[in-house]
Amino acid sequence: MEARPINDVSYEKYLKEEKLMGSKCRGCGVRFLPPRPICTECHKPEMDWEVVEGKGKLVSFTCIAVGPPSMKEEGFDRNNPYCLGIVEVDPGMRVVARIQGVDARNPETIQIGMPLCAKFLQRGEGETARAVLAFEPA
Amino acid sequence: MEKRRRLGRGVAVVGSGMSKFGMFKDRDSKDLFVEAYRETLSSVDKGMDPQDIDALYLGNFTNDFFIRQGHWGPLISDVIGLVPKPATRTEGACASSALAIREGVFAIASGFYDIVLVGGVEEMSKRSTEEVAEGLALGSTPYEGKIGFTFPGVFGATASAYFAKYGANREHLMNVTIKSHNNAPLNPKGQYKATIRDLMQAKQEKAREKGLDVPEWADEKAFLGDSSANPEVAWPLHLFDCCPISDGASCLILVAEEVARSFTDDPLYIIGLGQGSGKGLHAKADLTCFEATQYAAKEAYGMAGIEPKDVQIAEVHDCFSIAEIVHLEDLGFSKPGEGYKMVEEGRTRLDGDKPINTSGGLKCKGHPVGATGVSQVHEIWKQLRQEAGPRQVPIKDLRIGATHNLGGTGGTCTLTILERR
Repeated sequence: MEARPINDVSYEKYLKEEKLMGSKCRGCGVRFLPPRPICTECHKPEMDWEVVEGKGKLVSFTCIAVGPPSMKEEGFDRNNPYCLGIVEVDPGMRVVARIQGVDARNPETIQIGMPLCAKFLQRGEGETARAVLAFEPA
Repeated sequence: MEKRRRLGRGVAVVGSGMSKFGMFKDRDSKDLFVEAYRETLSSVDKGMDPQDIDALYLGNFTNDFFIRQGHWGPLISDVIGLVPKPATRTEGACASSALAIREGVFAIASGFYDIVLVGGVEEMSKRSTEEVAEGLALGSTPYEGKIGFTFPGVFGATASAYFAKYGANREHLMNVTIKSHNNAPLNPKGQYKATIRDLMQAKQEKAREKGLDVPEWADEKAFLGDSSANPEVAWPLHLFDCCPISDGASCLILVAEEVARSFTDDPLYIIGLGQGSGKGLHAKADLTCFEATQYAAKEAYGMAGIEPKDVQIAEVHDCFSIAEIVHLEDLGFSKPGEGYKMVEEGRTRLDGDKPINTSGGLKCKGHPVGATGVSQVHEIWKQLRQEAGPRQVPIKDLRIGATHNLGGTGGTCTLTILERR
């Protein structure tokens, strides 16, 4: 695999390429998502990129009715809230992500523990193009 | 190796003040700070010459973003005539001024200064709610901010996790809101002065005046459960679960213990200081607690040589109703998963055995983020010195109070313990 620096810029570049990438410690083998540049378990600095399978379960969530201006631009508001969640892809490996394919207007119907799979939302164009990590019911 | 923290020499609070908190379109950071500063100087029982102040430590979080002006240390130092003495800004998101207190204490404890002014200021109300949400989210992790998390969203996810783990529900959050609003009319400095019952009656009155159908609610919880009166912000949190957008300033004078009595016969001593740091939502093993608060609490209790039960009154960082419940647990006032029961049983009320947020808390007093940490100490100053007027707690031998301040998504948490001797 190419030697991209282990940082958030590379992580986001991978997301744009629709790849979910974490890091793995060469010393103790612990994996991190998003990638960490230094192992917070054994404190060794040697890390490698690690492909993460985009399957997980919902740990917790919220449905936001008053978001920042960027979400308003995407069409979300009081009448059209968006769901965000914390998703566990492996024990101890979690990410925050948009949750799609659930009824954010009826949050009582969203179940903690539900199985999810990853998708990548391409946003913006040219210089500002980026991908937002999302999950939807598997 | 665990080490008990201690100061090189004792530090006392001898003066305290705060501006009114609220949304003030016609006021700015400088005049809000001056209001707090003037009250602080006049609160020093035996008087103080402002020229004797050695330095200023000032908490501020988002003025750069909200009013496009940074570097607030010297600006505030200049407006109160402290220049050319040093002024240092501290930033820890919503815990910015708790960090100013710590820096002030350390500067005195080291022997470097004898008299230090610490404070906080924030000017937030000149932006839209959406822009404020965006600005405050600067204090979360990049992963959260970039996908659209707001602070209510972070605490909404905390509440969802708490409900799922412990079986609590929205009604338990309402107990916190109702309690905070019951204290609100008793604090003349606060942003909101109405109880939930007052608000219900006002809504009915307004409908009557306009000749509309007058809404009826069986009780406060029915009102808070009515989404037309209490709309959703970030599920399961609704408007009345959230603190408001506020402007305000607060200020304290810290001095070396050996000179404290030349300013007052009734100083408060700083006996415990704790600060912890925490990870983003994705990296938390347990979403129903804040590791940084637990660490700060352990450090502060250890330094003070006391246990959570010895804290008689506390101001905790209730940016959201769920936060107050979680803090009760993290600070050791209740067992994990039982904080909501402590509130339900009325133990945190003004007349309870552990009054929490007698000021009305961030919810009702207001939350000008950089000013909050110091303003929490102001409430403990009033209570421990028996100067809290109608909201004075009826506890006998009131001696020990604490303030808990939280920044970001729990990235910075502090506990400060004060004693009246």
